[in-house]
Amino acid sequence: MSINYVGRLLILLSICIHYTTYAEIEFSGFAGVESRWFPHDAQFSDQFNGAQNSLILEPEWIYEQGDHQISFIPFARIDSRDDDRTHADIREAYWLYIQDEWELLVGVNREFWGVTESRHLVNILNQIDQVENIDEEDYLGQAMINLAIQKNYGRFSFYVLPLFRERTFAGDDGRLRAALVVDEDEAEYESSAEEWHTDLAARYSHFIGDWDIGLSYFYGTGREPTLVPNTSGTRLIPHYEIINQVGVDLQYTYEEWLWKFEGIIREGQGDTFAASVIGFEYTFFQFRDSDADLGVLLEHLYDDRDKIAAPVTVLENDLFLGTRYTFNDIQDTSLLAGGIFDLEDESYSLRVEAERRIGDSLKVEIEGQLFTNARNESLTASFKEDDFITLRLSQFF
Amino acid sequence: MRILKNKYASKYIWLFTASIVLNTPLYAEENLEEKGFEIAARSDRSDRGFSDSIVKLKMVLRNAAGKESSRTLEIKTFEIQDENIGDRSLVVFDSPRDIKGTALLSHAQILDPDNQWLYLPALKRVKRISSTNKSGPFVGSEFAFEDFTSTELNKYTYKWLRSEACGELTCDVVERYPRYENSGYTRQIAWVDQTVFQVRKLDFYDRKDALLKTLELNEYREYEDGIWRSHMFSMINHQTGKSTELIYSDYEFKTGLTENDFVKGVLKRVN
Repeated sequence: MSINYVGRLLILLSICIHYTTYAEIEFSGFAGVESRWFPHDAQFSDQFNGAQNSLILEPEWIYEQGDHQISFIPFARIDSRDDDRTHADIREAYWLYIQDEWELLVGVNREFWGVTESRHLVNILNQIDQVENIDEEDYLGQAMINLAIQKNYGRFSFYVLPLFRERTFAGDDGRLRAALVVDEDEAEYESSAEEWHTDLAARYSHFIGDWDIGLSYFYGTGREPTLVPNTSGTRLIPHYEIINQVGVDLQYTYEEWLWKFEGIIREGQGDTFAASVIGFEYTFFQFRDSDADLGVLLEHLYDDRDKIAAPVTVLENDLFLGTRYTFNDIQDTSLLAGGIFDLEDESYSLRVEAERRIGDSLKVEIEGQLFTNARNESLTASFKEDDFITLRLSQFF
Repeated sequence: MRILKNKYASKYIWLFTASIVLNTPLYAEENLEEKGFEIAARSDRSDRGFSDSIVKLKMVLRNAAGKESSRTLEIKTFEIQDENIGDRSLVVFDSPRDIKGTALLSHAQILDPDNQWLYLPALKRVKRISSTNKSGPFVGSEFAFEDFTSTELNKYTYKWLRSEACGELTCDVVERYPRYENSGYTRQIAWVDQTVFQVRKLDFYDRKDALLKTLELNEYREYEDGIWRSHMFSMINHQTGKSTELIYSDYEFKTGLTENDFVKGVLKRVN
């Protein structure tokens, strides 16, 4: 998607809305500057060396009146080095009608399902905005009609998803990509309706005492593409299959323990396969008599997908070990460090994230990632020269 | 002991006598406990029937050097009539702006740990959290989680100490002891006025039984049906010199909220 058209349209629309503001419209959001620095020289030709700098803008308008709520959240990033990372999106643009026992949402929204930290297996409605970050925690807006029904025995949510969104990938100049660049213009679909295939989903969620439970079902175009080299072997073509997926997410909360499980069974990409994440988070509250909390996280990742016909994953049999240090200070300082260790090929990657508020509304974030011992045969070998450090400053308003 | 007295009094008259002698101080103690509970219950019950409320809150945090930082939030509360089940509450932050939309949903319980869910708007993620953390600071303030969540009558046992003047009013001074686990306090001393039965002041004693904090509740205003609310909470930490003020405004009662406004499914749209 080009910033020129969508971006200009969004900016124009944003300005229009902003200046027709009524008292009931609440305006917020953030503007950020970011520098992502790669200390090692690139592995593949065309990739840049050094730092890529970005400007990020995500304003937010929310209008609430009686039973109605309207939300509009556009997003744009302008990147200095990677044209494909320069992109705009509508994260949210919906109308929501709220009744006591049910709600109806029409428009673009983001919906998050699941409980685990290292991988979000069950979360399937929104496409991953991968150029934003490789941690798979940024998502593109998804057009939907969503009916939610609240009963005292749980919440039932039904989704009709009319328009598919393609995953974003780094471009020719970009880092954090494979040797071949993904050609998003040539995307292929199993459905003849291509991105207009109507996807369907349903979810049940509830809690019983210390247990939180979620059951979900999805039918439609899978968000995860199979990447296949083109005939001349110069590009990767994303292929989006029709899949059926059932998911379960469970959490058992007992004293300082959070025990978590996510599991899926997916049909439609080669042999039907299962994948899961199981683990815990334990918190030492007021660690060593300070105000701070220290959390320890351990998760096992398992995935037995088809090695030929399914999208490639590196998380077939891995261990995630992490720690979270929350200072509970006035500036909301926190530190997160974790590593994913491949139990089969012994490659691993480490990640550190820190954030702190400065003054009333400025936030500084630092992120670092190391790809260590990335074996040549492993998928992560593509990233072996892509260790990076990101510094981001965001002004919230 | 009472059973002993009734059942075996005639047979073991010496035991009967002994039990009276031994029981007298205990019996007086029991009276003080009963009186303490009655005062707390009267105060708690004066609040009955508020049904639900919405209020805006500004928190002003000050460090020992007097440097200020503030947060604004909205609190919705839903009253559960049964005294053995806790109320529901929903706290939504408006500022600092980087945590705008962050929300905390609590289903209070009496002696079991509360059920709590945190909503993180950046990821649009709802996360069930441990409520074991009673004594940790709430958003960097001098209020601990339990200062907000442990207001239910039956979360404590009580003992009446004395009555004394408190400002222009006369207060009963009642000591209370947390019955729930993981409290950061050995005891609290509450000053409850004898006119409209509201808590005017609370002293908090830490796990070593040293005076930790004092909370003063001022600017009480009466809403319909004798529902009283303080609009200014001032908490001072005697050990660190830090303080936090809670300034409440725009109270609304009986707004028509229902139990379905306090389920985890609504967190993603509370803003």
